[in-house]
Amino acid sequence: MKPRNQGPKLAILFACLVVAAAAVLCLIKFAYEPIAKKAFSSIAAGAQLGNIIFVVCIALAVIIPLIIAVKLCRLYNNKTDSESIIGSTMIGRLASSFREYKKYVYLTPLCVILESIMDTFIPLLTGILIDQGVKQTNMPFIIRIGLVLLGCAVVSLGLGMLTGLFSARCSAGYAANLRHDLFYKAQTYSFANIDKFSTGSIVTRLTTDVGNVQMAFMAAIRVAVRCPVMLILALMMSFSINSELSLVFLGAIPILGVGLFIIMKYSRPVFKKVFKMFDRLNTDVQENVRGVRVVKSFVREEHEKEKFGKDVDDIFFGFRKAERILAFNRPLMQFCMYGSKLLVCWLGARLIIESGETAMTTGQLSALLTYTLQILMSLMMLSQIFVMLTMSRASMDRVDEMLLETPTITDPEDPVTEVKDGSVTFKDVVFSYGKHGDKPVLDHVDLSIKSGETIGIIGGTGSSKSSFVSLIPRLYDVIGGSVEVGGVDVRDYDIEALRASVAMVLQKNEVFSGTIRENLLWGNPNATDEEIRHCCHIADADGFIMERPDGYDTFIEQSGTNVSGGQKQRLCIARALLKKPKILILDDSTSAVDTETDAKIRAGLKNYMPETTKFIIAQRISSVQDSDRIIVMDEGRVTAFGTHDELMKTSDIYREVYWSQQKGGERLEA
Amino acid sequence: MKRNFAYSPPGGGRHAPRGPREKITMKSVKTLGRVLGMLFKEYWFLLLIVGITTVLSSLANTRGSMFLQELVDDYIVPMIGKPNAEGYSQLLKAIFYMGLIYLVGVGSTFLHNWLMISVGQGMLRKVRARVFNKLQSLPVKYFDQHGYGNIMSLFTNDVSTLRQLISQSIPQLVTSIVTIVIVFVNMLRLSGWLTVVVLCFIALMFIFTALLGGKSGKYYIKQQASLGELNGYIEETINGQRVVKVFCHEDKAKADFDVKNEELRRNATRANSFANVVMPLMNNLGNIQYVVLAVVGGALAVSGVGGMTIGTIIAFLQLSRNFSMPVSQVSEQVNHIVLAMAGADRLFQVIDEVPEDDEGTIDLVNIKKDLDEIVEVEEHTGAWAWKIPAENGGFTYKRLCGDVILTDVDFSYVEGKQVLYDISIDAERGEKVAFVGATGAGKTTITNLLNRFYDIQDGTITYDGIDIKDIKKSALRRSLGIVLQDVNLFTGTVRDNIRYGRLDATDEEIVAAAKLANAHGFIEMLPDGYDTVLEGDGSGLSQGQRQLIAIARAAVADPPVMILDEATSSIDTRTETIVQRGMDQLMHGRTVFVIAHRLSTVMNSDLIMVLEHGHIVERGNHDQLIEQQGIYYRLYTGAFQLD
Repeated sequence: MKPRNQGPKLAILFACLVVAAAAVLCLIKFAYEPIAKKAFSSIAAGAQLGNIIFVVCIALAVIIPLIIAVKLCRLYNNKTDSESIIGSTMIGRLASSFREYKKYVYLTPLCVILESIMDTFIPLLTGILIDQGVKQTNMPFIIRIGLVLLGCAVVSLGLGMLTGLFSARCSAGYAANLRHDLFYKAQTYSFANIDKFSTGSIVTRLTTDVGNVQMAFMAAIRVAVRCPVMLILALMMSFSINSELSLVFLGAIPILGVGLFIIMKYSRPVFKKVFKMFDRLNTDVQENVRGVRVVKSFVREEHEKEKFGKDVDDIFFGFRKAERILAFNRPLMQFCMYGSKLLVCWLGARLIIESGETAMTTGQLSALLTYTLQILMSLMMLSQIFVMLTMSRASMDRVDEMLLETPTITDPEDPVTEVKDGSVTFKDVVFSYGKHGDKPVLDHVDLSIKSGETIGIIGGTGSSKSSFVSLIPRLYDVIGGSVEVGGVDVRDYDIEALRASVAMVLQKNEVFSGTIRENLLWGNPNATDEEIRHCCHIADADGFIMERPDGYDTFIEQSGTNVSGGQKQRLCIARALLKKPKILILDDSTSAVDTETDAKIRAGLKNYMPETTKFIIAQRISSVQDSDRIIVMDEGRVTAFGTHDELMKTSDIYREVYWSQQKGGERLEA
Repeated sequence: MKRNFAYSPPGGGRHAPRGPREKITMKSVKTLGRVLGMLFKEYWFLLLIVGITTVLSSLANTRGSMFLQELVDDYIVPMIGKPNAEGYSQLLKAIFYMGLIYLVGVGSTFLHNWLMISVGQGMLRKVRARVFNKLQSLPVKYFDQHGYGNIMSLFTNDVSTLRQLISQSIPQLVTSIVTIVIVFVNMLRLSGWLTVVVLCFIALMFIFTALLGGKSGKYYIKQQASLGELNGYIEETINGQRVVKVFCHEDKAKADFDVKNEELRRNATRANSFANVVMPLMNNLGNIQYVVLAVVGGALAVSGVGGMTIGTIIAFLQLSRNFSMPVSQVSEQVNHIVLAMAGADRLFQVIDEVPEDDEGTIDLVNIKKDLDEIVEVEEHTGAWAWKIPAENGGFTYKRLCGDVILTDVDFSYVEGKQVLYDISIDAERGEKVAFVGATGAGKTTITNLLNRFYDIQDGTITYDGIDIKDIKKSALRRSLGIVLQDVNLFTGTVRDNIRYGRLDATDEEIVAAAKLANAHGFIEMLPDGYDTVLEGDGSGLSQGQRQLIAIARAAVADPPVMILDEATSSIDTRTETIVQRGMDQLMHGRTVFVIAHRLSTVMNSDLIMVLEHGHIVERGNHDQLIEQQGIYYRLYTGAFQLD
């Protein structure tokens, strides 16, 4: 994705559209003036002032949307610290997902603007209808204007429907693109990137947050465009009817505007706080439900009720406070509307009476009253949209954060695409998950392993066994030193080529919903049935698979709920074997299978894959003691490296572990 | 889990009927009645005022439109060309009068909004607390049957639909209906003929909303289905992202994703298209109605039928604008209410659930330690006694020993599918009893029966000679410490999590318990030691570390009997040896039930039960079982596998 500076561009576009609308209106005004002059016998009294105000209105029409656009841009365009993306803005990055729906992004507001123009014409025309038709009891005129009006309504209906269709297409398409971009981005993430976000958070960003952004976008593209346009058009119309009377609006708008602004300003932080409280409530329920057995066995129901009761009270008081501020919204709106209405009525009535229906007519009065509603309503909707957009801000941030994240591991330029053999060398490797200053997880590890060796790894919880092996397929990058596979630094390989040759069965095994065969094909999409059965045989999985009525077509439920832990482990081993790897890493992958099966799998690996270098992390000594060599790890360091017999002589830790597992169990040796 | 995503689809603002037009069934009417009943019971006074203010604010608004007629007919038309001071002062008075009415309207609106907040939020607060408190009283069986995702969605989705219902749908519906009635009456007063025209348009509007709403609803359901599928896919793939990376499966994942994503896009586009069209349609039907009214009104005025005046036409036109909005809102809100009923129904189902029954009367109390006679004390002493109510209203005490005896216990989770058969176990004070067997043999089930998460169908379980059914559940459970394989930690500090075992434990006792569980070392290494805040179920810790905290939590509770269900399965054997030492120390003189996969964990038990398909097939200590050369022997020598 090219970082482009889209924010100001959008603002300019927005302003251009409004100027265009203003220009269209000018045309309409001038084209319409001759008719108007004829229709209203005397507009001259207010004409001079009217024209001045007309110009002011056009100026406003340009300035107000500009201010809104700039404000929106400022709101969303906090420059992030990262150096590389300076000049690119959040709106820009989010907007780059429009792609094929870009035309709708322009078409929708255009339709909205045209529809608004139609909508503001209708009251004016009805005014004429009343004055010229109804009052003069001129039936042909009534029908003529009625037809024009009908035409306006139909056009407006058409445009409205188009707006609806365009915006549906555009927002659904945009959301799909955004999800696509995020998902694809997530696929480029390294383990370190995933650790940083946590999988749960990535899922939320892809689902809930995208939904929120989509909603905000749909509202913005329709209502946020319609409201200012409506506001200005209706203002212009009322000024063209009667400029003095329209001055009433110039008084009402600031009152309402300032009032709404104050309401927004005070309610926003309160809402923000309440949403945080919601998160806490959800977390508490979640933990309570998940840990129901813990709650019940410790008899902590009352404690939990108390905790939850506090959450509920906080939300109640928080929401009440926030909504009470918002409660001023509607009354304020009504106050301004009723006030303007009465003023217009009083002044209008006087004008009509004094001038004997020349300076102002009854029909015009009726039209003005309709404009009052349109103007103030638009202003209020605008303020609501603002609130909504600010609320979606958090979701936008979270989505943007994912888009901004750079994968920590990428292919080198000019990569090596073939792994020669399964030899592994650690050269003074220093590794840590955090920043450089942190206590290293691996501390100056130096090792050399020949291709085809079987290496056992033993060590306590937290001794960095898993970290050690995860460097071999370059799941993480070292901080110091280097890891070489087949004599080449892992950082020089094409990642796909490296990982195709290094099969790793993770500690946290995952199978995916689908048939057993589909799961196994992950290892090699082109594997034949014979190959699959062969690998399952080595992993001792063929037996239990064939026991199932559907055999290899048995469907595995989401997160493998219908296979036992030991079966899952064996499936995962078989899946890894299908890759025919040069290096095979089993990270505590047989913890849930019994010793005998464990031994059978190891024997199978030895017989069928003699050339493959094998790393076996285990907690059971029996799983590693027949390895060619055994690594003993403690607190991030390799404390001993040798055969079982050597270690029994030299390593205290190894001996200790050995005896702890042999207590009264000499028979295991037999 | 799929329902867990609190997601409301973009549906074109308030005017889009989002949901399928569900049939209004007796059930949903009943549920609505119940919601309203609850509302009125709690807030009848506030609601009374709300009702009055609703009518007042509608009246004020309508009166405003009617005022136009007076303005034109009574003041403007008569005075045109002959302005006079008296007429003006009367007009001013009328306007002033109208202003007062408007002020009452504004005040009513404000009062209405202000009060509805207390009603709506107050009701939600009560519902949330009631549902949660009810959940706390429900048996574990309920949680097993209903699943985590469904229960979560009560608090995320269902409560929020209820919120929508109480604070938006119902008030808007009421306001709309009141407005319709008032406007209609006034329309009739103004002109019967024009009212007929309006009625025709109302019929049209209803037909269109019904049609579009139905279409939109159909696709809305499809959209939800594909959204659920896509979200499920995302969840599964991202959770297994590490495996995806290791197998370089990214391209396949992308391709699968694109298919599902496109499906959702198509359905979302359709659903929203129909929904988005409703608002402009309503608006413009209103416009067309306006034109037709003007034409008909004009024609009537021209022909002089029905005494049509300019003022009447203008006022009627204004009224008609007030009319189309509430009409489209009624159909929309009815839709919402029907939808919300499904959610409200689920909430009521929980509220109506039968709580865990507890007919036990015997309580558990602390007693003074090392004393021959039994003296009840408040604080934790580590010595316990059963407090048995006597018939005369007093109490007798019985020292807690920890003899747990199961006699011929049969059990099934679901009728007809028996899980345990004739289980008899005699665990005496201080004994370590182990269960060994394949997954599904019934090991964990036995522990579920001991603490009465489930009740046995046949046979008896006694605790110090007392039938456990006579012991209060809370007392029984306090006497049993449980450490489970799946560790659940709570958001809060490490200290708080350990203290969960006994809320009045001192900091020293917490550290002592952590040391006993061998957790002290790694806790000290955490950034803030015991004050490190754990989040997301302790996701920053390894599985082994989480188990150590769970053991410390059980240790601080210091219960007389302990159940360890695969408690050390994720701890390496070396650490386990150390933990075991601490546990042995803790369990000295107490009864322990152990379930473990690793035979090394259970070897030193006093009694080992081998379970197979719900039967105890072998029993004895390690040496006896080895001698028997049965299943245990084969397991031990590796000739037989558990899975």
